Amino acid sequence: MTTNARPLSPHLQIYRLPLLAKCSITHRITGVGLALGIVLLSCWLAAAAKGPDSYQSIHDLMVSLPGRVVLFGFTAALFFHLVNGIRHLVWDTGKGLDLACAKASNRIVIGAAIVLTVVTWLIALA
Amino acid sequence: MILRSPLGRARGLGSSRSGSDHYWAQRVTAVALIPLVVWFVASLVAVTGGELAEIKIWASKSYNAALLLLTLLTGIWHGALGLQVVVEDYVHTAMTKHVALILIRLIAAFLAISVSLSTLKLALGG
Repeated sequence: MTTNARPLSPHLQIYRLPLLAKCSITHRITGVGLALGIVLLSCWLAAAAKGPDSYQSIHDLMVSLPGRVVLFGFTAALFFHLVNGIRHLVWDTGKGLDLACAKASNRIVIGAAIVLTVVTWLIALA
Repeated sequence: MILRSPLGRARGLGSSRSGSDHYWAQRVTAVALIPLVVWFVASLVAVTGGELAEIKIWASKSYNAALLLLTLLTGIWHGALGLQVVVEDYVHTAMTKHVALILIRLIAAFLAISVSLSTLKLALGG
């Protein structure tokens, strides 16, 4: 079983990705991450449905420091994917596709994702 | 001269015979997930104490249970469609690709059933 040895474009070891391309691949990576997140979420829900003992063990895991770091990561991934996904929906209508617009929306997407993530955690921990 | 029949063009079927249905399902679930995800994050933050009793009271309100199911099922569907594209784009060995595509669908179906049962059990007080 061999993979076709065809050239890749852009050559990722030579071509430095612009921010727009980094947003694009981050959208995919966060998407895959969030799919794994849904698996964990369904485990959490199943534990809650099963009873207090199983819920408590998964809850302890979530409020531990590593658990919180993972949850923070999922929050950031969720908001980036949400905001960048809205940008993709706008692009699907044919609007905002020129370079100046795309560069401006880069900032909006990254800024909004950071603000939403931080605000959510500030409210949650308050 | 356009050789395709108007009906063929309207159906949007190219040489691949399919694809527009996937494209549309991805977009429709994306649009639906915008308000659902905002509601979901807000709800999680609101029951941040994370006590099981608190979650059961929250889930026993039928609109919460309905929206939770809608969010999770739409999310699972959207995630399966997204993972399918990732596999189709990056996995080029026929066997691995088809096994991965089948697994994605089976796991998505399993998760959909799992979250449905968990949510119903929580909502109806099992």
